Amino acid sequence: MDRLETHEDLGFASDLLIFSRENRSLACGNLRRVTVLFYTPVPVDQVAIEERVAALAKRSLKKQAKVQGLKLAISMMDLTTLEGKDTAGKVTALCTKAMHPLDSDNSIGPCAAICVYPNFVRIAKRALEGSSVHVASVATAFPSGQSPLPIKLEDTRRAVEFGADEIDMVIDRGAMLSGDYQKVFDEIAATKEACGPAHLKVILETGELGSYDVVRRASEIAIAAGGDFIKTSTGKIQPAATPAVTLVMLEVIRDHFYRTGKKIGMKPAGGVRTAKQALHYLVIVKETLGDAWLTPDLFRFGASALLNDVLMQLEKERTGAYQASEDFSKD
Amino acid sequence: MVKKATQDRAYITSIGTVAAGRVSVNKAYKMYVGGAFVRSESGRYFQVEASAIAGSADPEVVNIPLGSRKDGRDAVLVAKNAHEPWAARTAYNRGQILYRLAEVLESRRSELTSSLTRAGSTAAEALSEVSASIDRAVYYAGFCDKISSLVASHNPVSGPHFGFTMPESMGVVAIVAPEEPALLGLVSTILPVIASGNTAVVIASRRDPRTAVVFCECLATSDLPGGVVNVLTGDASEIAPHLAKHREVNAIDTWSADDALRTLLEREGSGSVKRVRSHDGRACAALRDEDGQGLGFIEKFLEFKTVWHPVGI
Repeated sequence: MDRLETHEDLGFASDLLIFSRENRSLACGNLRRVTVLFYTPVPVDQVAIEERVAALAKRSLKKQAKVQGLKLAISMMDLTTLEGKDTAGKVTALCTKAMHPLDSDNSIGPCAAICVYPNFVRIAKRALEGSSVHVASVATAFPSGQSPLPIKLEDTRRAVEFGADEIDMVIDRGAMLSGDYQKVFDEIAATKEACGPAHLKVILETGELGSYDVVRRASEIAIAAGGDFIKTSTGKIQPAATPAVTLVMLEVIRDHFYRTGKKIGMKPAGGVRTAKQALHYLVIVKETLGDAWLTPDLFRFGASALLNDVLMQLEKERTGAYQASEDFSKD
Repeated sequence: MVKKATQDRAYITSIGTVAAGRVSVNKAYKMYVGGAFVRSESGRYFQVEASAIAGSADPEVVNIPLGSRKDGRDAVLVAKNAHEPWAARTAYNRGQILYRLAEVLESRRSELTSSLTRAGSTAAEALSEVSASIDRAVYYAGFCDKISSLVASHNPVSGPHFGFTMPESMGVVAIVAPEEPALLGLVSTILPVIASGNTAVVIASRRDPRTAVVFCECLATSDLPGGVVNVLTGDASEIAPHLAKHREVNAIDTWSADDALRTLLEREGSGSVKRVRSHDGRACAALRDEDGQGLGFIEKFLEFKTVWHPVGI
């Protein structure tokens, strides 16, 4: 063992006590390969968190503010299709929808990105050419992450090679739950390196982590290892994103910002289906991190059904009549 | 033992909560949405007078939820979601469920009768209205699996094709229920709508919403899936225009609206090319007799689909 040091680059100078073991440098700055031997995350007050999000859910947004919030939500959407039955046709249609969410009104949209499996990255890239919509690809043996690291890294490199602007990786939840934080950290750091120029979103799959304390710890590890975004869920596990778990993660981002001045992004994914929920999330973000995070660069929704509900509410505001779901294109 | 019971009663009486040794259990009247009994999201109430019945705990004035636009919207959403599975059931099964409703109405005969009496009917009128309602439930129960045979057709066409025309349910039908008869009016307007597979959002009689709530308790215990019938209480003039405008509502059936409201509903419904049916007071009165039932009531809320099929191999 070398010496005990607090690693400034990790941003948890006060919390993270780290052994520096090897000198292999990683792409995420001046980080060395580090061993997270001993650190205790701040305990999460479950009752307070849940009470806080419940209180924020009561805030009512009307008229102009609501329309503005909904339009903002659309610009933050990662329109997602991650199904075994995905086809080039479906992905292309989704790309069109991401660029022009509402046929009748060009002022709405575009979405931030579309999120697909690596096989569809090229197709999406071609379909989105000339637009501002990014292509995000899941990688690292999504959704379970239960493959050897070299395969996960290869998966990531391929996706980037195909043209993905953003990589959504999954952490090894088994390692996380069995306390092998080192493995979790190393895999994220290695994936960050494999990403090259692409942005890295780290999916914690909070529905499998069991408690807010584990979520907090996983968030800290993900940020420390170089994640640009932390993301709640794959969408394949219930529960997926909840306001409470999002608040826990936002607080980690806030604490990290206070310590280092670096802004990490947040992406709740799965389970956000209604315009009302989307506005609730925006309120939570604003109240926790402020206006600086109310941008697609730092906040995203991973969703598929959400867009139509938001469009229905926007049309409701425009026309005064509640809309019928069959009037909006499915995917 | 006897002595102890006497002491208990004395104790309860002494703290002043009771008459005749029992705490009075008043009923909280609620709306019926998505298979659950709910208050208005607005928290508002209106009061209805009801003559007291000797021995009953219910007070003379009861609070009834005053439904809002949002309640209407919530109800439309659950009705919309309930439509597909309800329409997908066999017509025979829908008939079984409506017959089950008749059974439950029969077993609650006395409660329904006293509810109507409290709203001003004489005992004899109430009794006959309840009987007519139960009979009408049986009538529509029997109709469910016959609708298609009666209204579908095999059309004569020029060419080597079969032309079939088949009825389908419309979807969500909003009903502004008759002011009276309170019970028979509900039964006569709701059952023909749901018999064919539609789901309904109903605004109950403002004059006697209590009876509507008791009727909902029958619906809730009759195997009818939640969301197929949703009953709101409150002002039709406040809720109905929003239902008429709502694009997810496929038709609106108005039994108690003045001319101004009727015109408004027709205008608001035009944006989504909604079927707007309206009836006058005479039609409401006619619900009391044999003219108040029939295939015509069902047919008004069907869409017809015509299919061409080549003759031969």
